[in-house]
Amino acid sequence: MTADIAAILAIDGIATGAVYALVAIGTVLIFTVTRVIFIPFGDIAAFTALTLAALDAKQLPGTVGLVVVLACMACAMEVVSLARAGELRTVPKAVLFYLVLPLIVVGTVWLTMRFAPPMPVRIVLALLLILPISPLLDRIVFRPIADASVLLLLTVSVALHFALVGLGLLFFGPEGVRTEPLTSMAMEIAGVHVSGQTVLILTAALVFSGLLFLFFDFTLIGKALRATALNRTGARLMGIRPARAGTIAYLLGSLMAGVSGILIAPVNTIFYDSGFLLGLKAFVGAIVGGMTSYPGAALGAFGVGLLESFASFQSSTLKDVIVFSLLIPVLLWRSLASQHSEEEVEE
Amino acid sequence: MTQMFSIENVSVAYGKVEAVRNVSLSVEQGQIVTVIGPNGAGKTTLLMAAIGLLKSTGRMVFQGHDLARIDVEGRVERGLCLVPEKRELFADLSVADNLLLGTYSLRDRSTTRKSLDDVFDRFPRLKERSKQAAGTLSGGERQMLALGRALMAKPKLLVLDEPSLGLAPLIVREIFRTIASLRSLGVSVLLVEQNARAALETADYGYVLETGEIIQSGPADTLIHDPKLIAAYLGGH
Repeated sequence: MTADIAAILAIDGIATGAVYALVAIGTVLIFTVTRVIFIPFGDIAAFTALTLAALDAKQLPGTVGLVVVLACMACAMEVVSLARAGELRTVPKAVLFYLVLPLIVVGTVWLTMRFAPPMPVRIVLALLLILPISPLLDRIVFRPIADASVLLLLTVSVALHFALVGLGLLFFGPEGVRTEPLTSMAMEIAGVHVSGQTVLILTAALVFSGLLFLFFDFTLIGKALRATALNRTGARLMGIRPARAGTIAYLLGSLMAGVSGILIAPVNTIFYDSGFLLGLKAFVGAIVGGMTSYPGAALGAFGVGLLESFASFQSSTLKDVIVFSLLIPVLLWRSLASQHSEEEVEE
Repeated sequence: MTQMFSIENVSVAYGKVEAVRNVSLSVEQGQIVTVIGPNGAGKTTLLMAAIGLLKSTGRMVFQGHDLARIDVEGRVERGLCLVPEKRELFADLSVADNLLLGTYSLRDRSTTRKSLDDVFDRFPRLKERSKQAAGTLSGGERQMLALGRALMAKPKLLVLDEPSLGLAPLIVREIFRTIASLRSLGVSVLLVEQNARAALETADYGYVLETGEIIQSGPADTLIHDPKLIAAYLGGH
């Protein structure tokens, strides 16, 4: 391996790492606020790519059907549980939130599509369509078992991923897609060719993690999310509803996953089931970073991206094996080095 | 005087064990009421039920509203705030952020700046440490922060669980001075304490809780001279 090749591999690895970092940050966000390790994030990213591809081809994306089905289920569940609790007064609000809002999103996409909107609008539409999915899944799947153990939540999350892959096949079909390139620019940095796409990926990763940081540091809702992650009882005593904080976390996390899906769609062919590896590698990145730290997760994700890039140069068939084998020593080191957290001792 | 908060025949059970049995008590507007009793009498359990963190039977009324169907967050929004025994601070957030989160339940946050200044006037120590993470504070400072954070929510009834627990005598005196000064703000207080003498000196009315039941109640200055109570709780101080 020459220095040139190493430089190319490094740039490639950093770009891949940036995509993983977006998903990893979303994973940490959801985990800390709701204790759910949300495996289906990769699927959300893949679905965003498929949605954008359908919009590019001037077809109604399968996401529309998915959102409508999930919205009806979530709304029905919410209304039934409110009726059981005798809280009929809040039913209109629930219907607005779980049914009308998602339908407005679907309607907007449907209407805008008739005018053959330009690329940036299509990207916004794809992200808008993706956003309701995770909060609706949260209502349908995780809300009824919100107090369960982390392990049970993880098991359900894995099952949910498989269900989503099935739904993906149903709504998007088996064909793979590759979207139009976002930019055709390219540049030379110190003699190494860097594509505009790589620059775009890195910029997007920096901008979105920067925005998240500002949100956490300067808004009361952002602080409320961090408070919920740190101490649920304390947060409830301030009037912060964990379920509502969870919804906001799911929306933000979906946005990060959606953006990563849009960024990889022009470089990789995406199928209905392509999300799993993306989600899993982001998860490995998050674990390397300790599952609770945003900078840690981002660094871990960049590490995974770099390792994958160099591993694929050595042996492209074994690259995933190499990446996932990395997890074993990291987990060993983490479990030996870390003391049990205070929370675990208390319980 | 108008009634602020009342608990009528409330029982709380952990599985089959009843930790609190048929307790009734009430807090009037602007009054400081204390519940004293030994360790394990069910004092904390009673407060957890009052804020809605534990399920209970019986009736609880706050400012004329039955609390049966109102969850913890709804109670906080109505002005019923608990400062728990464990403080439940947000350890990694700064002191200032902890205080700001106290205003989360308020609809109108235009007075946040003033509330923050009031808390800093009351506890200058918190102002000095406003940028520090809450987890780095000493025990006394943590209690001040927990109290300050609850005051940011502009409570109508402040429920305090063992505010003096584990604190140095000087700081205990400061905390009780703060509690007494809440009377002038029109805040009612329900105070649970093991430090019975300090609690009765501060309160208007007192209840004695033993093994889950109220065994005695009366004006605080009567209870403090009761020979039986002096023997049980007030001796040696």
